[in-house]
Amino acid sequence: MEAWIRARVTLALTLFALLFFVSRSSPPRQFVISNAERRIDLSSHIINVHLTLKVENTGTRPASEVVLALTPTEVDHLAMVDALAIKGKQKKTTSVRLEVKTELPDAPPIDAKYFTIYLADPLNSGESTTLEVLYVFMHFLEPFPAEIAQSESQLVFYHDTALILSPYHIKQQTTFIKTPSTKVESFIRVEPTNRVGTEIKYGPYEDCPPYTISPIHVHFENNSPFAVVEELVQEIEISHWGNIQVTEHYTLVHAGARHKGVFSRVDYQSRQFSNGASSFRYLLARLPARVHSVYYRDEIGNISSSHLRTNSLKSELEIEPRYPLFGGWKATFVIGYGLPLQDFLFESSDDKRYLNFTFGCPLIGMVVDKLTIKVVLPEGSTDPSPVVPFPVEHRLEAKYSSLDVIGRTVVVLEKKNFVPMHNSHFQVYYTFNPIFMLAEPLMLASAFFMFFVACVAYIHIDLSIRK
Amino acid sequence: MATMPASASDLLKSFKLKTKQQELLIRVSILCLVYILAFITRLFSVLRYESMIHEFDPYFNYRTTLYLTENGFYDFWNWFDYESWYPLGRIVGGTLYPGLMVTAVLIYRILRFLRFAVHIREVCVLTAPFFASNTTLVAYFFGKEIWDSGAGLVAAILIAVCPGYISRSVAGSYDNEGVAIFALLFTFYVFVKAVNTGSLAWSLASAFGYFYMVSAWGGYVFIINLIPLYVLVLLITGRYSMRLYVAYNCMYILGMLLAMQIRFVGFQHVQSGEHMAAMGVFFLMQVFYFLDWVKHMLSDTKLFQAFLRITVTSAVAVGGIALGLGMVSGYISPWTGRFYSLLDPTYAKDHIPIIASVSEHQPTAWSSFMFDFHILLFLFPAGLYFCFKRLSDATIFIVMYGLTSMYFAGVMVRLILVATPAVCLISAIAVSTTVKNLTVLLRSKNKVVQTGSTKGSGGSKSSSKALLDQSQPFQKNGAIALLFGAFYLLSRYATHCTWVTSEAYSSPSIVLAARGAHGNRVIFDDYREAYFWLRQNTPQDAKVMSWWDYGYQITAMGNRTVIVDNNTWNNTHIATVGRAMSSYEDEAIEIIRSLDVDYVLVVFGGVTGYSSDDINKFLWMVRIGGGVFPVIKEPDYLVNGEYRVDKGAAPKMLNCLMYKLCYYRFGEMMTEYGKPPGYDRARGVEIGNKDVKLEHLEEAFTTSNWIVRIYRVKPPNNRW
Repeated sequence: MEAWIRARVTLALTLFALLFFVSRSSPPRQFVISNAERRIDLSSHIINVHLTLKVENTGTRPASEVVLALTPTEVDHLAMVDALAIKGKQKKTTSVRLEVKTELPDAPPIDAKYFTIYLADPLNSGESTTLEVLYVFMHFLEPFPAEIAQSESQLVFYHDTALILSPYHIKQQTTFIKTPSTKVESFIRVEPTNRVGTEIKYGPYEDCPPYTISPIHVHFENNSPFAVVEELVQEIEISHWGNIQVTEHYTLVHAGARHKGVFSRVDYQSRQFSNGASSFRYLLARLPARVHSVYYRDEIGNISSSHLRTNSLKSELEIEPRYPLFGGWKATFVIGYGLPLQDFLFESSDDKRYLNFTFGCPLIGMVVDKLTIKVVLPEGSTDPSPVVPFPVEHRLEAKYSSLDVIGRTVVVLEKKNFVPMHNSHFQVYYTFNPIFMLAEPLMLASAFFMFFVACVAYIHIDLSIRK
Repeated sequence: MATMPASASDLLKSFKLKTKQQELLIRVSILCLVYILAFITRLFSVLRYESMIHEFDPYFNYRTTLYLTENGFYDFWNWFDYESWYPLGRIVGGTLYPGLMVTAVLIYRILRFLRFAVHIREVCVLTAPFFASNTTLVAYFFGKEIWDSGAGLVAAILIAVCPGYISRSVAGSYDNEGVAIFALLFTFYVFVKAVNTGSLAWSLASAFGYFYMVSAWGGYVFIINLIPLYVLVLLITGRYSMRLYVAYNCMYILGMLLAMQIRFVGFQHVQSGEHMAAMGVFFLMQVFYFLDWVKHMLSDTKLFQAFLRITVTSAVAVGGIALGLGMVSGYISPWTGRFYSLLDPTYAKDHIPIIASVSEHQPTAWSSFMFDFHILLFLFPAGLYFCFKRLSDATIFIVMYGLTSMYFAGVMVRLILVATPAVCLISAIAVSTTVKNLTVLLRSKNKVVQTGSTKGSGGSKSSSKALLDQSQPFQKNGAIALLFGAFYLLSRYATHCTWVTSEAYSSPSIVLAARGAHGNRVIFDDYREAYFWLRQNTPQDAKVMSWWDYGYQITAMGNRTVIVDNNTWNNTHIATVGRAMSSYEDEAIEIIRSLDVDYVLVVFGGVTGYSSDDINKFLWMVRIGGGVFPVIKEPDYLVNGEYRVDKGAAPKMLNCLMYKLCYYRFGEMMTEYGKPPGYDRARGVEIGNKDVKLEHLEEAFTTSNWIVRIYRVKPPNNRW
């Protein structure tokens, strides 16, 4: 209850600030949005907002920078933003990905954060274009009530504004909110508002001046698993003897409404549907094809409830944590597997080698608060350089594995607020001299040789003092 | 095995190896193979389940080892563990035998130093098999010392696979016994070596072996009583020698000083009743030495006889008075209950229910002797016969070791372990001697035909006997038949050992496996499910009350504070928990609140048919609780002298806390087709109280097969 009030107060303050600053706006006012359509998908705990904007240049000069605005709370939960330009007429449309940058204007007119979209071709005066923007938010649904019993289903709040926050004048806009089921407890109407089935339609609203908003909330049932990986550390160890060993350490939590009171196994077993509706038991991990020696364990040993299905294209690992996860319950575990080297390691033209691997979490539909990828290069490799399609923090470490003398270089990549839409390939380039591969076998061989020499010497030399 | 050098010698002639070298090569390769065999035969559990720690006590050892690796030796030595025995805590550094943990950490550090990236858990899991392998080497040398190298080899092979030893040393059974048997046998071997040679170096080594044993296991008391007994027997039989004097005195004095460095032993070594025999024998030795010297100085025999009488009488009198004074003044503590229960098997049952309640403290059944020793049980008397035929200082020792440990093995199941090395060694003597005699018989006959001369290499006595017995008909055929018989028996032994190891001794007991309806393997991993739930989803400082069996596992795997655990050092505290479990809920909640308990954990096998659950252990809770608190009376729970849970059960039984916690909402549960709901599969009855209501506790978690049930203690009701 308190959190809800606080959110409302924040929104009210935002509104106040907005009215106060409405006259002073710094982003260029060259554009007018002639039509905006927003589709918000609330079916899971990852919120996808598809925004289709028809932008028209009403200024005198050609311009290529379109500014988007988001409230600070939205920015805090923003996992990614992506923009596409739609080209061509009705049927033959092609989309081009556009560059998006965070921009901090000199004098922010309101308490908002801005993103700038750079159009591929500057928009001439009087022309218009269609942009598609995708926002992905995480941790944005607020469970209310915050604690539920086993037999209750989970209700959440979604806070937003019926009118799109924008530095531009919007001629016409509509917002569609899709809820996972028809069970909607309440929602704020901003006429015209219409609710059909699982969809709530706000609008169309005509001629909204810049920076107008109108706070709304939707209180609805969402029993989709709120599975969040608080931390994932993925270690990819390259061995030039033909194997890549991947070890993933998960800290999984159910981030939905907290479980309260009794957990009854009888009810959970016999009344599956009405009991523990928001809890989850099974997780699915999609692993690369030709995976081998898969294991699934935690600090106290192997977890026997897992199934691996492999075919030539992909492998699926179905895992079940030791216990079903209710709201607020945690589980930590480790998944490890080996992969053939030739599928992921290639040689580049400039005599370097590079690892090409997926940047992401193999568990399907999982939000990761903090994702750390550690690429352990073989001993003796130099000049590591990672290539990642989005900004990440990176640093170098050293690791000592079996029979290492000088230690292995580890490239550490860190990304916060990771959502499945981020999944993409990344590369780590490095130089490696194959002669280093022989170091460890030679060490072992010489150790055994010394041992045998010592044995031979012991047998042939008489060490007794007495003659 | 002893036949191998002989039969292979012709073949090996083409190599330019001398006979001595051939023999060495074969011996070393056999030993290497035995060494490997001893290790790999203990890996069944890792292959069948996983690399994990087994049972109950090993979890404590593992936890302390982890602490040692993380915090270093000094912190470990001074560790006060507030996570167990809440609210008393436990001085861990002063109440454990650190040998095992230090050994594991040492191995871990060495491997790390050699750049092997191992986890401490792997080291702990494989410590026992590694030491079992080392024990085979010691058994070889011991056998060589008391008989010959052939007997040593056979002893190594027998002990490598003997189930009595495997039961405590499979991979994952990370317990004190794992290293202690090695230390025990090593100490004995080195001591016998010292007695045989009179060498100060060997007796010094035996003192250090003894020190290692003291640091590893409470069973060191066996050494410190057996060795004086052995010395006493040698003195009585007139085998006193300077060698014995040097060996025993050095071993006792140094061993005592070293043993006192272990905090758990400390001054007990000179003060407690169990150690007095060693001290008495030490003084007796000095008297003997003195008498020997006087005898040397006095030429008159009559005078010496008189002197002897006076000295011995006064020495015994002084010793007796000293002991009596020590006992009376409390300076010498009396024997502990455990020691008493060894000498008198019925003692524990009457006086200390907590010792009697442990299954491994029960007297041994005949079947388990057969199970653990197989043919060794028959070879043992044969070996004793051979030992008596060739009495020496060494064989007297092994005979005494064998007989005393056999007695203890009969008193307590777990002490079969101590008897195993002796049984293996004595049986090895029987096997080796028999096989050797038979082969000598075969070979000497051939030689008579071929060369006409007998060159008995091993036992000249037996070969000459063979010549004498030549008149007997079918001698050669008989020998061949007997050899085959021996081979058959030994191969049966090997098969039996492998079977026992794989079937009986390789299950970790924390993961239960059963056969499903379609013949597939079903795994019940409920213990770890519950412990991991506790670890992840309860407050960091939550206190968990359960019966003491699960204490070590809860602290190690669940990482939560427990009220009582397997250390059982405070009988009253355990009795308090037993009382809470056997009281009505209203009374129990008072005890639970006074102990500041947050969660209560019970183990229940009614759904799966798992029989070692808390309802079956309930008898001991009542007895131990009733032993301290007379409020709890055993007859209240009994109907016609037996514990029942069905409709005919005693009313107190049907309403005590343990019953309620186990059967809460079990009445709604269909466990077996064709049976009414609430059918308890472990006991095969329909439960008597299906409508269990809990007032002060609520169900917090129940595992998927109901084996572990955890209840949360509700906060007290508001009065307003």
